[in-house]
Amino acid sequence: MMHRSEKVWLILSFGMIIGFMLIAGYQAFAFEMGPPSYGERIDPQKVDETAPFDEPGIKKIGENEYEVVMTLQVFSFTPSEIEVPAGSTVHFTLTSKDVVHGFQVAETNLNAMVVPGYVQKITQKFDKSGEYLVLCNEYCGAGHQMMSTTITVK
Amino acid sequence: METVIKQSGKTQVFKDKANKVMGISLEDGKLTKSYLSVAFLAILLGGILGLVQGLNRAGMLELPAWLNYYQVLTAHGLLLVVVLSAFFTIGYFYAGLSHTLGGLLPKVRKMAWIGFWMKIFGFVLAVIPILMNEASVMYTFYPPMAASPIFYIGLVFIVLGVWMCAFGAFINVASWRKRNPGKHVPILSFFATGVFVLLFFGSLPVAIEVFTIIPWAFGWVETINVMVARTLFWAFGHTLVNIWYLTAVSAWYVIVPKVIGGRRWNDLLTRIVVIALVIMNITGGFHHQIIDPGISEPVKYMHVFMSLAIGFPSLMTAYAMFAVFERTARRKGGKGLVGWYKKLPWGDVRFLAPFIAMAAFIPAGAGGIAQTTNQLNQVVHNTMWVVGHFHLTLGMSVVMTFFGLIYWLIPYVSKRVLTPQINKLGVIQTIIWTIGMIIMSGAMHWVGLLGSPRRTSYSTYFDNATALSWDPYLFFLAIGGTLLMIGVLMQVYAVFYLMFFAPKGNTEFPIAEVEEDEAPTPRWTERWGLWVVCMIVLVGMAYVIPLVDFMVNAPPGSPPFKTW
Repeated sequence: MMHRSEKVWLILSFGMIIGFMLIAGYQAFAFEMGPPSYGERIDPQKVDETAPFDEPGIKKIGENEYEVVMTLQVFSFTPSEIEVPAGSTVHFTLTSKDVVHGFQVAETNLNAMVVPGYVQKITQKFDKSGEYLVLCNEYCGAGHQMMSTTITVK
Repeated sequence: METVIKQSGKTQVFKDKANKVMGISLEDGKLTKSYLSVAFLAILLGGILGLVQGLNRAGMLELPAWLNYYQVLTAHGLLLVVVLSAFFTIGYFYAGLSHTLGGLLPKVRKMAWIGFWMKIFGFVLAVIPILMNEASVMYTFYPPMAASPIFYIGLVFIVLGVWMCAFGAFINVASWRKRNPGKHVPILSFFATGVFVLLFFGSLPVAIEVFTIIPWAFGWVETINVMVARTLFWAFGHTLVNIWYLTAVSAWYVIVPKVIGGRRWNDLLTRIVVIALVIMNITGGFHHQIIDPGISEPVKYMHVFMSLAIGFPSLMTAYAMFAVFERTARRKGGKGLVGWYKKLPWGDVRFLAPFIAMAAFIPAGAGGIAQTTNQLNQVVHNTMWVVGHFHLTLGMSVVMTFFGLIYWLIPYVSKRVLTPQINKLGVIQTIIWTIGMIIMSGAMHWVGLLGSPRRTSYSTYFDNATALSWDPYLFFLAIGGTLLMIGVLMQVYAVFYLMFFAPKGNTEFPIAEVEEDEAPTPRWTERWGLWVVCMIVLVGMAYVIPLVDFMVNAPPGSPPFKTW
């Protein structure tokens, strides 16, 4: 039923898919490169009263290490205009006060869905100095295209 | 015809033969003509809206307040992903059922008509709030964004209309099996069975989602579980686009080999591809949630496998198609390692369009495998890359196959013939569409990698240098979009010319035969009950853990928001 060449093709196809799986799995679990998956719950209608989101902002937590606690709401990020020195590792803790938003920083791999009712976490090391564009990449309403801020790395 | 109420076995056999000799019955032809007319009116309207977006995104067109970008985008998505595809698929497969099963049963034809009007009614209900700017929530309508309840009620009618057609198809196939014990369901009807099984089971989750949204949108319930709704949506959303892909695949396996004068690929392997795609499809939708919160990394990793597994039958298809082409071309005297390609009918649009559609699935499928792979998804999630991806898969591989089908399907149901002029028009249309889609989709992929987001009207983000650097790429969206609009106009002209004005005559429904020396297909391929059970088991493995977690450990729900 099957020709030799087809068997070879299917073995290669299967091998390629398994290869993708193994590499993706190794990177995700050995190098902690897995996608942002934090799962803590929060009352989406009481974000302002719930720690740590009652005090959104940036905090130095170690040598070259910062924590940013951020709320997303139509159509802004709080805090906006973040500044860190080059070489800093920044841990973002995010939640939404209304609809589903996206947290994306252009020219980095920072990309996470921010869903009301859930706390999301994602980390990035900023090596190169410059101004990074932060934008919402999930349609969130009439002003979605304005929802942005910047991270300045000095 | 109406006087024949009870069909005895004899009249059915007679009808089977009459169907083969005289072509489709007038009533069955009218049904498919109506479905295809709606499909191509949808592409005309959806195409115009697409061009409007492309021009806006390139910064060349500012939209008026009474018709904003997000209204246009919601309507564009609904018209093309739901209306065009559903109406084409149903019109095409009902013609196939009629042809291969000896005509539609009167009851089934009636169900397809009821389904037709339910879908139209549902669509009108959904469109009214979109036009009134009361439902700018996109084709995905993620809660807690809440549209007018009328929008969701419209969606319910669309789903019910689709189910009507699915059940109609099951009844027709079951009746044929009863009349033909021990025989295999003809291959095109086998594909149709798979497609309608998926349409039914794939739309179950979204039906549940919409039933929880409606009371919330009316204000009878205060809050909604956002992640449950989102997860149910994607169990449906990706299945839907894979159904349109499976429809195109049916034409690649069954129709195209006949058009080029060859025989089709091994019957057993073809049926295995259908079964595999039916069993594995619904769980694939989860890769849309790879960067969502609240789902653990091991669960996400398991889902990478479930998504990637769908690639395997597609890779089987890739081999099969090129093997059929080579075999056919060599039989016609084609020589050399690749020189045989000269023997293929490149000037015949019925071959050229689906061929380019298939070829497009090579980069499209590769991009799909890349973006479904866990952390690679994080690089492109919700960027323009994804828009480029589904314009390559749906806009090229699926829609261009549909285009290639109409040059015989519409003459067949209209009892007319394809003229050389329209064939030529079709070849030119195919080339224009290909160039337009390469330009547009290519630019979308590239600018997406640079970070430009999807579903966002033109924005420089307050003259941000990074955002401004995307503008040259976005300009290509306008160029590609303009070419595609020209393609749409040519295609719609061809469709309605062939339906109403082409010379009368008989057109064949091209269904390829298997090779003469092929071993008979084993009976187990017909065990649809078993395939459905396998599918449900797989769906259970994929969805029980995250859904139960979202329900049992739910955060306080969200009230409705109208943010536009």
